[in-house]
Amino acid sequence: MTPDELTQPADNLLDVERTFSERLAYIGRFFWRDKSGIIGLVMFFLVVFAAVFSPAISPYNPLKQNLRDSKMLPAWTAEGSWDHPFGTDNLGRDIFSRVIYGARVSLTVGFFGVLIAGTLGMVLGAIAGYAGGRIDSVIMGVINLVLSLPYLLFVVFIAAILGRSLINVILIFGITDSPVFARVTRGEVLRIRESGYVESAISAGARWPRIVFDHIIPNLIGPLITLATFEMSAMIFYEAGLGFLGLSVPPTVPSWGNMLAAGRKYLTSYPWIATFPGLAIMFTSMGMNLLGDWLRDVLDPRLRRSRK
Amino acid sequence: MTTILQVENLVTRFYTLDGVVYAVNGVSFNLQKGETLAIVGESGSGKSVTMMSILGLIPIPPGKIESGEAGLLLDDPPRDLLRLSPPELRRVRGGRIGFVFQDPISSLNPVLTIGEQITESLTKHLGLSREKAKAQTIKLLGYVGISDPELRYKNYPHQFSGGMRQRVMIAIAIACSPEIVIADEPTTALDVTIQAQIVELFQRLQKEMGMAIIWITHDLGVVAGIADRVLVMYGGRVAEVALVDDLYELPQHPYTVGLLGALPRLDATDTKRLVSIQGTPPDLLVPLNHCPFAKRCEYAFERCRAEIPALRPVGAGHRVACFYDLQKGKPRHD
Amino acid sequence: MQRYFISKLGQSVLLLFGVLLLVFVMVRITGDPAALMMPREASPEDVEAFREAMGFNRPLPLQFVDFLSGAIVGDFGNSLHFKTPAMPMVLARLPATVQLAGVGLLMAIVVGIPLGLVGGFTPGSLVDSVGRGLALLGQSIPNFWLALIMILFFAVRLGWFPSFGRDYWNSVIMPAFVLGLPTMGQIVRLTRSAVLEIRGEDFIRTANSKGLEPGTIYTKHVLRNVAIPLVSVIGVQFGYMLGGSIYIETIFAWPGIGQLLEQSIGWRDFPLVQAIAIFTSLVVLAINLFTDVAYAVIDPRIRYDT
Ligand SMILES: Nc1ncnc2c1ncn2[C@@H]1O[C@H](COP(=O)(O)OP(=O)(O)OP(=O)(O)O)[C@@H](O)[C@H]1O
Ligand SMILES: [Mg+2]
Repeated sequence: MTPDELTQPADNLLDVERTFSERLAYIGRFFWRDKSGIIGLVMFFLVVFAAVFSPAISPYNPLKQNLRDSKMLPAWTAEGSWDHPFGTDNLGRDIFSRVIYGARVSLTVGFFGVLIAGTLGMVLGAIAGYAGGRIDSVIMGVINLVLSLPYLLFVVFIAAILGRSLINVILIFGITDSPVFARVTRGEVLRIRESGYVESAISAGARWPRIVFDHIIPNLIGPLITLATFEMSAMIFYEAGLGFLGLSVPPTVPSWGNMLAAGRKYLTSYPWIATFPGLAIMFTSMGMNLLGDWLRDVLDPRLRRSRK
Repeated sequence: MTTILQVENLVTRFYTLDGVVYAVNGVSFNLQKGETLAIVGESGSGKSVTMMSILGLIPIPPGKIESGEAGLLLDDPPRDLLRLSPPELRRVRGGRIGFVFQDPISSLNPVLTIGEQITESLTKHLGLSREKAKAQTIKLLGYVGISDPELRYKNYPHQFSGGMRQRVMIAIAIACSPEIVIADEPTTALDVTIQAQIVELFQRLQKEMGMAIIWITHDLGVVAGIADRVLVMYGGRVAEVALVDDLYELPQHPYTVGLLGALPRLDATDTKRLVSIQGTPPDLLVPLNHCPFAKRCEYAFERCRAEIPALRPVGAGHRVACFYDLQKGKPRHD
Repeated sequence: MQRYFISKLGQSVLLLFGVLLLVFVMVRITGDPAALMMPREASPEDVEAFREAMGFNRPLPLQFVDFLSGAIVGDFGNSLHFKTPAMPMVLARLPATVQLAGVGLLMAIVVGIPLGLVGGFTPGSLVDSVGRGLALLGQSIPNFWLALIMILFFAVRLGWFPSFGRDYWNSVIMPAFVLGLPTMGQIVRLTRSAVLEIRGEDFIRTANSKGLEPGTIYTKHVLRNVAIPLVSVIGVQFGYMLGGSIYIETIFAWPGIGQLLEQSIGWRDFPLVQAIAIFTSLVVLAINLFTDVAYAVIDPRIRYDT
C-alpha cells in the first residue's frame, strides 16, 4: 500500500462524448469499472464460502494419505479422474480438498491480522493525533522506523525466532502492520482538528464522544475499509510466502504456502501439486485487489467528485 | 472606435455524469480596440467558460462548444477563432491574446523557473533566439515591477509572493504584445493592498501598450475605476451591457439594479464585494425557455416565465435583455 | 538544501539506531537466545556453555552496549555455522543481490514508465488496458509461485534460460523479471495516475494559453512534474526489492543475501541472520536517503526552501 494508491484519481468518469457509439463505449467503461469491483467481491465471497464450508465442500479429508493413489493427475487430463478434481499430491492427499481447507488458514490470518493491526493502529494513531507533542513524536518515530524497514526480511526474521504457529503468524502481521493504519488514522484526526470544526463544535457544547462518532469515524471509515482490504490481501500473500519458506503454520496444516513448499520438490515431474495452491493465492489476491480499488473509488471522500 | 473581437451567439455545454451543464447559452459581445471591458456576474454565471471557450481552453470532453463565432476582425480577412485549426489557434493564444488566471499559485509550473516560463512564449511566438528571449524576459520582469529581474529570472514560483507571481503571470500574458489581454479575476486571490497594485499595473500597461483588456471580476468597485464598458452576465447569458457611467447611473436590468443595490456607496471603502441577491442562482442542468432571472425578479410577469428576452438597445451602446421597462415602470412593448 | 540533507541524514542515523535496538530485542524476545540458537538436541550443559560464551547471561544493558560498540565497527559476531565473522560473509553476497534487484528495477522502469505514460495520456486506450492489467497481475501473482511456473516453462520445457544459479549471462533474466514484476505494476499505476492528475493542473492550462505545442507541454510541463513522485516510488521499490529477494534467490539458487538468509535460518545461525537484517536495513536506509536527495534535486520547492 503506497500513498499514491490512496490518491489516484478516479478514472475520467466525466469523459462523455455525445455520439451514440462513444457514449456506449463510455457506459461500457464505467460498467467495466463497477463490474470489476463486483467481480472482486464475488471472488472474495467464493473464498470466504470455501473457508466457512470447507468440510461440506471438500470431498476428502485433506489430511488423509493414500499412497496407492498418490501423484494422480488433475481430472481434465487423460490419466486423471473426477474422484480427485485437482489430482493428488505426493502422499496421495486430495489437492482440491486441501486447496479448500487452505482458504481457512489464509482468511484466518488475514482477518485476525487486520483486526489486530486495525485496532492497534487506530488507537495509536488517534493517541498520536490527539495528544500531539512528544507523545506524537515518539509514536511517529516508531511508525517511521517500522515503515522504513525491509518489511519481508523482518517478518521472516521474527517468524524464524518465534517458531511455527498460527497465533504467532497472526500476531506478527497484526503488530508489524499496525503502523499503516496508525498513519491514516492520525492524518485524519489531525485534519479534523485543524479544520477548526472541533473548536466550534466544542464551543457549541458538543462533547468529545459526540465529535468522535459524528465526525471522525465517518471520515475514517472509508479509507480504513479500503486499507483493510488491501492489507488483508497483503497478509494472505505474506502468510503464503512464510509457509513457502517453512516459517508459517506447522507443516501438517493444509495451508497454501505449505502446499507450495511441498509441491516445489516435485515441480518438474508433478507440476500440478504446486500449481493449484498458487492459483488459489492469485485468485484471492486478485479478487481483493479489485475489490479494494473499487472500494477506494466509492468510499474515499477525497475522491468523491462533485460536478463542479 | 474599431471593433477587434466580435463574439456571436456562443453556446458551450458540459456533458457530465449528472447531466448536461448549460454553462453558456448564446453570449454575444464585442471588444473595441484599446478599451477595458469588465465582465461581472455571480459565481457560475459562465464568465470564465465564455472566455476560455473563445481560446479553446475548456476541457473537451466533458465540454463542448455547440455553436457561435468569435471573429478576430483586424485580420484580413477576419478569422473565426472557434474554427481555426489547432496550430493557427496556438499562434493566437499567447501571441495575439494573453490570458491571466485567477490563482497565481497554481497557475505557474512549480518545477520550471519563471524565466523559462516567460521565454518559452517569446521563442514560440516571436521566434527570438534564447539569448534575445532571455534579455527580453528580464526587461519584461522589470517592466511589470519585479526588482532584480536578472536574479529573479532564475527563481522558481514558490520563491515569489502571491502578488509577485501575479506580476509574472501578467508578464507572460503581455510578453508578445498581444492586442487583447483576458484577465480572469486577476486580483481575487490577493490581499487588498496587493490588489490595488495589480490594478494599477494593468492600467499602466494598457496606457503604454494600448491593448484591450477583458476584466472578469466580482469587484464592482474596481469596475467603476477601470472599465470603459461593463457586461453583466446571468445564467450563462448577457443580461446587460453599457458604458460604465450609464450602467451605474441608469441600470436597466433588475439583476444589475440588485448588484448595484448591494454595492455600498462609493465613499464607503471597505466591502465593495458583490453581495448576493435574494434567491438562488439558476440550475444550469435544465435548459431554460424563459428568462433565467424570472424566479428571483420582483418585476417578473407572465411573459418573463414564457420567453427568453433578447438583448435590445435602450440607449447609445446600452443593451439589455429584459421585458420590463424599469424607467417607465411597466412592461416594454415592441 | 544543506539543512534538508542534514536533517534527513540525522533521521537516518536515528532510524539505524532503532534498527539495532529492534534486532537486539527481537533476538531476546523468547527470553532465551541460547536455546533459540542451539540445536534442539543439544544437552543442557552445552546450552549453558554456549550462553556463557555468547555472554547472554550478563545484564541486558551491558549486552546492548557491547552489541552497539560491535555494530559501530561492523562486528556482529561469528556465524555459528561457519565459525567466521558474519559481516564479511554478508558483504560477499551483496553484489549478487544488487545485480538481481538492479536488473529487476531496470526492467520495471523500462516497461512500466512508458506504459504508465501512454495510459495516462490516453486513458481507456488499448495500451492503457494492457498497463492496468499488468499492474493488477503484478499485485496479485505470488512471486514465489510465478518463479516456479517460469522455471517449469522457460527453463525446463523450453530450455531458454538456466533454471538456477548465476553462471551464465542470461541467468539473471528470469529471477530479475519475477522480482521486478510487482514493482513494474506499481510504476505503471503511479505514472498513470500522476499524468492524469498533472494534466488537470492549472499550470497546464496556462501552458496551453501560451500557445505551446502539445509535445512541449507533455515533455516539459507534464513529465518533469511526473518525475517527482516517480523518483520516490522507485527508491522505495528498490529498497523493497533488495529486502524482498529471499524467495527469488532461494528458488533460483541465486547466491545473494536472500539465499544466505534462508540458509542461515535453516542452520539456526542467528548471529548471521542478525547481521543480514542489520546490513540490509542499512542499505535500505541509505537508498531512502539517496532518494530524498534525488527528490530535492528535481523538486525546486525542496531544493531552495530549506
Ligand atoms: N470542466 C467542467 N465540467 C463541468 N462543468 C463545468 C466545468 N467548468 C465549468 N463548469 C460549469 O459551468 C458553469 C459556469 O462556470 P464558470 O466557471 O464560467 O463560472 P464563473 O462565472 O466564471 O464563476 P466564478 O465567478 O465562480 O469564476 C458552472 O456551473 C460550472 O459548474
Ligand atoms: Mg470564473
